[in-house]
Amino acid sequence: MKQSTKFAALGAIAAAGLFAALPAWAQGATPPPTVNKGDTAWMMTSTILVLMMILPGLALFYGGLTRSKNMLATMTQIGAVACLAMLIWVMYGYTMAFGDGGGDFISGFGKAFLAGITPDSTAATFTVGVAIPEYVFICFQMTFAAITVALVLGSVVERMKFSAVMVFGAVWLTIVYFPIAHMVWASGGLFFKMGALDFAGGTVVHINAGVSALVAALILGKRIGYPTERIVPHSLTMTGIGTGLLWVGWFGFNAGSALEANGSAALAMINTFVATASAGLFWMLAERLNGHKGSALGFCSGIVAGLVAVTPAAGNSGPFGAIILGAIASVVCFYAVSFLKPKLGYDDALDAFGVHGIGGMIGALGTGIVYAPSLGGPGKPDFDMAHQLLVQVKTVGTTIVWAAVGTVVAIYAAKLVTGLRVSEDVEREGLDLGEHGERAYN
Amino acid sequence: MKLVIAIIKPFKLDEVREALSGVGVAGMTVTEVKGFGRQKGQTEIYRGAEYSTNMVPKIKIEVVCGSDLAGAVVEAIQASANTGAIGDGKIFVLDVGQAVRIRTGETDDTAL
Repeated sequence: MKQSTKFAALGAIAAAGLFAALPAWAQGATPPPTVNKGDTAWMMTSTILVLMMILPGLALFYGGLTRSKNMLATMTQIGAVACLAMLIWVMYGYTMAFGDGGGDFISGFGKAFLAGITPDSTAATFTVGVAIPEYVFICFQMTFAAITVALVLGSVVERMKFSAVMVFGAVWLTIVYFPIAHMVWASGGLFFKMGALDFAGGTVVHINAGVSALVAALILGKRIGYPTERIVPHSLTMTGIGTGLLWVGWFGFNAGSALEANGSAALAMINTFVATASAGLFWMLAERLNGHKGSALGFCSGIVAGLVAVTPAAGNSGPFGAIILGAIASVVCFYAVSFLKPKLGYDDALDAFGVHGIGGMIGALGTGIVYAPSLGGPGKPDFDMAHQLLVQVKTVGTTIVWAAVGTVVAIYAAKLVTGLRVSEDVEREGLDLGEHGERAYN
Repeated sequence: MKLVIAIIKPFKLDEVREALSGVGVAGMTVTEVKGFGRQKGQTEIYRGAEYSTNMVPKIKIEVVCGSDLAGAVVEAIQASANTGAIGDGKIFVLDVGQAVRIRTGETDDTAL
């Protein structure tokens, strides 16, 4: 069995070499990949579900957590930086991450400004011979770039200038997001070749955004009055609505990452239900065990922590592995935001690092465990957990360093151009009035 | 004329209003206020960050009445707003120098 597989593989390689040498003949011999209308419809739906996670999902989730004087600034920063990401994505982001050629860190620039892409262009899925229109793949991945840069803002709200957010966003996407996305997801990327497991972006999106958020908050400094003054969420109702939109949208994020409407997407779907449900309850349980009341914000935080943790594991875990992963991530994130943050004294305003960074790391490492078939995961019988964990650790470690260094560069670039932080008067008066000339509530 | 100011527990407003109507009070002004006295505030926790709120939400009622009615007004409020627990509130009585009904220009007792 093994031998014949080997011979088949050799044959395939030989054939591929022959095709490469004779492209005209090869095109005639291999049928073009089939575009399935069901897959395409599902991927279009997934793409706009991820858009809904940003606007209004994340905007309401984050906005509700800020003080009422900063509601509009928070929502506007998220929306505007997401729009910027979409435009940069089609200009040079897509080609840097998923263009032809290139090496370990970025792709080639042959698809800059989407050169050569037509409605007939296709992007490969995980099934040989099945493809989706490349425009759909571009849009799907575009929303990931947009939400990741928006997530970073959670740590710096209520004090960073709007102009600084835009400069930071452009630089950060270019030197942090596009390379990391390439390294993890493109077939020529460094971590992809190492065999790193990241189904829907635990590393690319959440560790990346979380670590960058921490570094940005450290450079930016604390908000005036933190932590002595009373700084509390102005509307947990909005945060609750945002949480619901994020959860619903996350099905596009996770199940959409299967790139097809198939069993893998279904596995990602059920995991996105149960890991999240487990995490929402376990955060409240952690609160009770620490002598607090089970809180609405705790519930919402747990939901998001679970979603973050199940992201890399979505199609890489069985449902019960996902439940345990969600529970562990939720409790660890609870301790990170409730105890670690006050102890270290940094002002990660909305806990972008505490939930996305920490939750992402738990998820990325945990994926290397729950993938095992003995734990109900979809791994092959010869799955080597120790080896996989080592790959996961290398990937996480490299991403942390890359994101941290890139963020330092991006934040100082923004400081050079814009001054970075609003004046003390504007910060006290609120960024809604100071930066946008409006109030959220009249 | 007297101005009676009462700070009461918010859920007692309807009972106080009925009691005041019963003694012949024709109008009042009600404001949502915050403050503190002997009653302690509450603790709020957001992701582990604790804040003790020492301001408690209360309702402030202002009633202007003839001097002869002031005693009955105070008694009515005291009886209807009473729960026996700390935080029931306080009543203050002040002298009023002048009253004018804006629509008609009537003054003092006829303006009430």
